[in-house]
Amino acid sequence: MDVLSTQKKALLLGNEAVVRGAVEAGIDVATTYPGTPSSEIADTFSKIAQYYKNKGLEPGFYFQYSTNEKVALEFAAAAAVSGLRALTCMKHVGLNVASDTFMTYMYVGCKAGHVIITADDPSCHSSQNEQDNRYYAKFGNAPLLEPSDPLEAKDMVMEAFKISEELSLPILFRMTTRTSHIRGPVSLGRINLKKKKGKFEKNPLMVTVPEVARKLHPILLEKMEMAEKISENSRFNYVEDFGGNAGIVSSGPSHNYVREAVEELGVKCKILKLGMTNPLPRKMCIDFLKACGRVLVVEELEPFLEEQLKAIAHEEEIDVKIYGKGYGGLSRIYEYDVDIVERVIRKFFGLKEKESASSSIPIPPRPPVLCPGCPHRATYYAVKQVAPEGTIYPTDIGCYTLGKAPPLEVADFLLCMGSNVGTACGFSYATNQKVISFMGDSTFFHAGLPGIVNAVHHNHDCIITVLDNRTTAMTGHQPNPGTEYDGMGNEAVMLKVEDVVRGLGVKHVEVVNPNNLEKTKETFRRALEYKGTSVVVSKAPCILLIPQERRAGSFEIDQNKCTKCEVCIKKFGCPAFYYDGDKIKIDETLCSACGVCTQVCEPHAIRRKK
Amino acid sequence: MKERLLFSGVGGQGVLTGANILAKTFLTEGKKVLMSEVHGMAQRGGSVICTVCVGDVYSPLIADGGADVIVSMEPVEALRYIKKLKRDGVIITDINPVIPPNVSIGESKYPDPEEVFKELSSRGKLIKIDALDIAKKSGNAITKNVVMLGALAGMDLLPIGKEKILESVKNNIPEKYVEMNERAFNMGLKAVKV
Repeated sequence: MDVLSTQKKALLLGNEAVVRGAVEAGIDVATTYPGTPSSEIADTFSKIAQYYKNKGLEPGFYFQYSTNEKVALEFAAAAAVSGLRALTCMKHVGLNVASDTFMTYMYVGCKAGHVIITADDPSCHSSQNEQDNRYYAKFGNAPLLEPSDPLEAKDMVMEAFKISEELSLPILFRMTTRTSHIRGPVSLGRINLKKKKGKFEKNPLMVTVPEVARKLHPILLEKMEMAEKISENSRFNYVEDFGGNAGIVSSGPSHNYVREAVEELGVKCKILKLGMTNPLPRKMCIDFLKACGRVLVVEELEPFLEEQLKAIAHEEEIDVKIYGKGYGGLSRIYEYDVDIVERVIRKFFGLKEKESASSSIPIPPRPPVLCPGCPHRATYYAVKQVAPEGTIYPTDIGCYTLGKAPPLEVADFLLCMGSNVGTACGFSYATNQKVISFMGDSTFFHAGLPGIVNAVHHNHDCIITVLDNRTTAMTGHQPNPGTEYDGMGNEAVMLKVEDVVRGLGVKHVEVVNPNNLEKTKETFRRALEYKGTSVVVSKAPCILLIPQERRAGSFEIDQNKCTKCEVCIKKFGCPAFYYDGDKIKIDETLCSACGVCTQVCEPHAIRRKK
Repeated sequence: MKERLLFSGVGGQGVLTGANILAKTFLTEGKKVLMSEVHGMAQRGGSVICTVCVGDVYSPLIADGGADVIVSMEPVEALRYIKKLKRDGVIITDINPVIPPNVSIGESKYPDPEEVFKELSSRGKLIKIDALDIAKKSGNAITKNVVMLGALAGMDLLPIGKEKILESVKNNIPEKYVEMNERAFNMGLKAVKV
């Protein structure tokens, strides 16, 4: 494993570098709920634990895929207040789920260091929004670190534990897609893993009743004053001087593009690179602003640094013009890249714009699709066959949102994890339309349960479908409470979705294998007839969990039998089908030999390839 | 010295694995290397792009007109990123189209491959290879990414020797598949030899 390398350097993914930092810092407890772009942080902990265990060695730390981000943060908080170093990682919207815990945890503080990692996703590569989580640092009064690349990520994690311990305050650590998913050389130190137990020392100030909270709030603000001193002296906040009196301020991956453009264009400027961005190093910022005639702030998403720098300039009466959002194409939306940053720097220095040209030939888009052989496709196909016109399909977060695309089109409304059930209840009240909602097994455990309780209690008339593919597929096949093993590779208690919903009081519950289309259709017909809340558990493993050998082979089309009814392409929509001239064919490199298509083909033209 | 390579293709074709093997070769040779990858949703049949930047570089992303080489596992995926190519850059692409589902259902059109190749040739030096066929001959279509690495090595464009890249292929592939991938690499290498 590269992340456990004993060489001086390794080529690590930003997410792996975070883990290496934690491993060198002597991590004791790591928790998560997986979410792109943070997933490989957790998966790397899981792999390390299993690697040591397979060698008969004690991993020296505990790792957990928790039910959701809130539980993950609470578990690790208990460890950190008991004196164990802890790390909790999640995607940006995961912090929304954990925010209730987060806000008050800052009041209580920790004993051993606790690093809370948020992986933001500018451009929404795999997310439902692109919120800028740096505001959580301001909102909750957490110190904030923002690395630019894997090497810095590793060093910063180690420093983050120290800062957290110095202040007895959990620390927020902001990755983004382009720090999580870039690979670069990382200098390595000694691995420092040793199993420890903590000790919880009781303290009435840890019970946040109103009287205590009122005492804790001013203490938190004092801690943030101390944090500002740390920020002033942090080696992650520094100025690079390339001459002249123009200034550029940047943080995170934007800094990489700034450095690249400044060197490429050979412009004279001073660069203030900020790595600890809450609290800002006020004195350092004042000195920088005073030394510059004009300043350009390059940061992705919101004007987090820009507005603070403008406030400082105003309060200190510094004569400096500060440019940021809205200048030269710097936007509050989407991630930046070298082109965007080079364009604005050219403008800032009065240089001519660069020309570039895309292809003049129209290129078909290639969005992600449900895999060939995905059991969700079978469920969706069956549902569409039996559901009446106008049925509303609330959906949820997971691979199955890909069912939104034609020809399946079985996703009508989506907000966040678990939202399918709450909105299904609302639609069933607000309209006369039938409602069939969808969520995955991992989402069911994460945030689906309270919605189902609500549906049962008020007897809302809707069908809730749990697409139980026995894994957390989209983020990389992590275990969940429905699997028989956990993130350490230990045996775990497997909860059955159908048992849980029966326990919640759902009266009409059916389990079906979606790869049998007829049975699936019958199941949904019965659920549609039922008046009240019903649950269909559509259970078949993710095709990617089935061993390669069993997925080998392919189906083909008997061209003599094919009537070109196009059901395979235009209704079932498996990506392995395509037109070669006027013949419909199956791409054998894509086909995973599930054979479900043979059930949709009325002329029986699809057969197994010999 | 700066060298910037762009790898493209369709999710599932081994774009990341191929690029990763190459990037590791540079690191073993003591060079600074940065790489950017696409994860998550785009793994499932989506367009995949991955960049490898070597030498005195700060950004793993490539500016328009900044790529020395585009290595594509699919023709249209080379064209999609063509504005990243330098004026005198090289394009190595597999010739086998993978038809997106939105084309099959008639929502968009896959361009005539000959036109795609003509457009690519007008932008740089184009090398076409039937990597899928070669991969199948080497033992399994799955080795297509290593065939492409072999082709790239055969072009002598990189500041590292082909034997070093092959070494890295062997070191980064499960032992039982090493022989097949070595064959794939060498066949790819031969395919571009004039």
